[in-house]
Amino acid sequence: MNETPTGTDAMIVATGLRKTYDDFTAVDGIDFTVTRGESFGLLGPNGAGKSTTMRMIACTSQRTGGTLEILGRDTDHHGPWIRAHLGVVPQQDNLDRELTVTENLYIYGRYFGLGKKFINAKVEELLEFAQLTEKRDAKVDSLSGGMKRRLTIARALINEPEILMLDEPTTGLDPQARHILWDRLFRLKEMGVTLIITTHYMDEAEQLCDRLVVMDKGKFMAEGTPAGLIQQHCSREVIEVRFGSERNAEVADQIRDLAVRLEILPDRILMYTDDGERDLARMVERGLHPITSLVRRSSLEDVFLRLTGRSLVD
Amino acid sequence: MTMMRASRNQSAAADIADGVNSLPGASIYSRRATAMVERFWLAIRSSQWLMVASGFMEPLFYLGAFGYGLGSFIGNVQADSTHTVSYAAFLAPALLANSAMNGAIYESTWNVFFKMHFAKLYQGIMATSMGPLDVALGEIMACLLRGLIYAIAFMAVMLPLGLIPCWWGGLLAIPAAMFIAFGFASCGLAITSYLKSFQQMDWVQFALLPMLLFSGSFYSLDVYPTPIRILLEALPLHQGVALIRGLTLGQLDYALLGHLAYFTVMAVGGVIFATKRIEAMFLR
Amino acid sequence: MTVVSEQSRTWQGALKVVDSQRAIRFGWWYVAEYRLRNLMKWISAVIAFGIGNPVLYLASIGFGVGSLVNHHGNGLGPDGVPYLTFLAPALLATAAIQSTFEEVTFPTMHGLKWENVYYAMTATAVTPNQIATGVMVVAFLRGLFTTIIYWVVLAIAGAFHSPTALLAIPAGMIAGVSFAAVMLALTLRFIDSQNFLASIGRFVITPLFMFSGTFFPLSAIPIWLRWIGWISPLWHATDLGRVLMYGRAVPGWLVATHAIYLVVLGAVAFIIAQRQITKKMTK
Repeated sequence: MNETPTGTDAMIVATGLRKTYDDFTAVDGIDFTVTRGESFGLLGPNGAGKSTTMRMIACTSQRTGGTLEILGRDTDHHGPWIRAHLGVVPQQDNLDRELTVTENLYIYGRYFGLGKKFINAKVEELLEFAQLTEKRDAKVDSLSGGMKRRLTIARALINEPEILMLDEPTTGLDPQARHILWDRLFRLKEMGVTLIITTHYMDEAEQLCDRLVVMDKGKFMAEGTPAGLIQQHCSREVIEVRFGSERNAEVADQIRDLAVRLEILPDRILMYTDDGERDLARMVERGLHPITSLVRRSSLEDVFLRLTGRSLVD
Repeated sequence: MTMMRASRNQSAAADIADGVNSLPGASIYSRRATAMVERFWLAIRSSQWLMVASGFMEPLFYLGAFGYGLGSFIGNVQADSTHTVSYAAFLAPALLANSAMNGAIYESTWNVFFKMHFAKLYQGIMATSMGPLDVALGEIMACLLRGLIYAIAFMAVMLPLGLIPCWWGGLLAIPAAMFIAFGFASCGLAITSYLKSFQQMDWVQFALLPMLLFSGSFYSLDVYPTPIRILLEALPLHQGVALIRGLTLGQLDYALLGHLAYFTVMAVGGVIFATKRIEAMFLR
Repeated sequence: MTVVSEQSRTWQGALKVVDSQRAIRFGWWYVAEYRLRNLMKWISAVIAFGIGNPVLYLASIGFGVGSLVNHHGNGLGPDGVPYLTFLAPALLATAAIQSTFEEVTFPTMHGLKWENVYYAMTATAVTPNQIATGVMVVAFLRGLFTTIIYWVVLAIAGAFHSPTALLAIPAGMIAGVSFAAVMLALTLRFIDSQNFLASIGRFVITPLFMFSGTFFPLSAIPIWLRWIGWISPLWHATDLGRVLMYGRAVPGWLVATHAIYLVVLGAVAFIIAQRQITKKMTK
């Protein structure tokens, strides 16, 4: 743990959390604590166990082992109580397509047993927050992908949740829609809502999360702030060079000593170094002229790929 | 900032959560099945009114075609040991039972199947503090609400046409139809929760056909040899037809209690199964 | 710099690989092939429903209602024949129509609305018109298969009294294909409206099924309702079937009208359907 949370402010506390299905282990003994107002990100490839972890926190999946307490209560015994304090934004929108935008918000509030007066006032607030006031009487099917996503988020806020859970909130959205959504989520964070986010997008994780864990095969591979993770698991810069798919391997041996670490991919070589321009110049001095070359800062994506590997998992 | 929070420590949800959601059994039933009925009402108001209206028309089509059209080739029939009535009057109570079954089955199979596998509606609902029994009871209550509208409308046509020999029996037939609908809706819900493809849905539709044809709706099951007749009389729709027909003829006897008990068993068994299945599907 | 991998050595290019003439000419058959494969996945259900339906109807309506009708008419029903004889042609025509059009409506909803399969097809050399044709061809085969089963069950039950009864199969199939074409056009036209299939079932199929001289002659309903029968392919096919199966007395001009109506209706509907599918898929 990077920060030790103070006892009273711990929103979610998990120790040795496990989930197995028959002979498959989805989550394999993870420990974490999320504190009030924190924005906590779960990163990992498909099948890493992110969604299962999210479902256990949302009390819609029962754990196989370990402990999990949310707002001080055990998820096994206080499911409805805990769910009443959560907002859940699932990976795929599951809006009620038979209803209009306003009706979707209204009826979701009713599922929580909220009073009509409270809901009606809240709906107005949320329509404005989600920039859907003009679409209030539209059927869900007529909304764009970004609008549907904002409506799903607004719906999850109807009960003023203590914790908002977002499973891949911007997958499939265009850049404009993503940025609008990030802005809205950032406002919630400012208001003190605790956010739990899973994502494939490294830029999204850097934008939204105070603290990240990288998950793979049901386990936590690393944990820290976005900047901290890069520092810990990567060099400062990366040089990407291409010599053509048949020569890459042959060249690699001649430049191995220049880099902290070298990665040979079918189409290019990645050199992890502390000063990219300097080391690229040294390579050229040795008479090696790549077809293309690129020097860039290390990113979270490099960390991610280093920790979870490059092979496809699904 | 347009959105304000009253206080950091006291959210809106907390007020309710500390009440009902902490009661024993809250993980199964949060006592908010009515929210599902409210949802049903919003949905039919905005998009399904045509379907609801057409569900009322169907028994009238049957009455016209069979009761009057085919009836002219049949004349009067023996409804029970003491009553001989026109074929239309023989058919009318059966059509009420049929419409109760059809409405309940349509809602609890096709619509529920769609909501489970395509609309992902229940995933959304189970993420709130609603429990599986809230969903099951809520869906059934929505079926009953629809069925009630049909039954009242149908009776409002039958009585003035003189097809109901006993008027108070006709009025009692409306709650009786709700009993039938409850039984079919809860069993339909339980069965649908096991289905995975449209082909399996077709098998369900096909299984309903003998129930309709051998229900004693269109002719008395007396035409069959006794062992076959007894077997057919155990089919649920026949129980419903016998219940409604008995009431509309004003024949109050213990057999009616037997029919009611039959549907009570169906209703309770179906609700228990459906609740278990919904819990297994969405909370495991 | 040339990159030559194993893959690119075997890459010949579409110009060489695809016989474009053949692809263009037989597109409808490739669509039909896809539909047939799909159908084969639940062929056991097709057979079970095919046998189950006639058996259940005969044992219930044929036997039960038949005993009421025959009792009232001293052993005979409408047309002066036993009720089973009267009913059989209607049941056969209904089976032909029902099994054919179902193979058109659901695939079309599936292909254009639920799963977008048709759009994947038109990304190849297949045209929207060929999709319509291919789907109709398989619907015809499915309908024919079911109708033959139905006919055999009716024959075993002793419902036929004329050597021309076999001709009731083609008569029913003309109506089946004709009605399927109408349903294809309707499905394409109303595909985006909610509850289309359920509404069409209640407002079109059910009344047609009941007021087409199916269970009793058309003459038994008031004159102002008989138009339902006159426009209904089921009535035309049923009446043809009655002529062929037990020699019902129908004037020659009416027999000709039945046949011509069914053919013209089907042809017009299919042309409209082709226009609609092209418009829908190329807009």
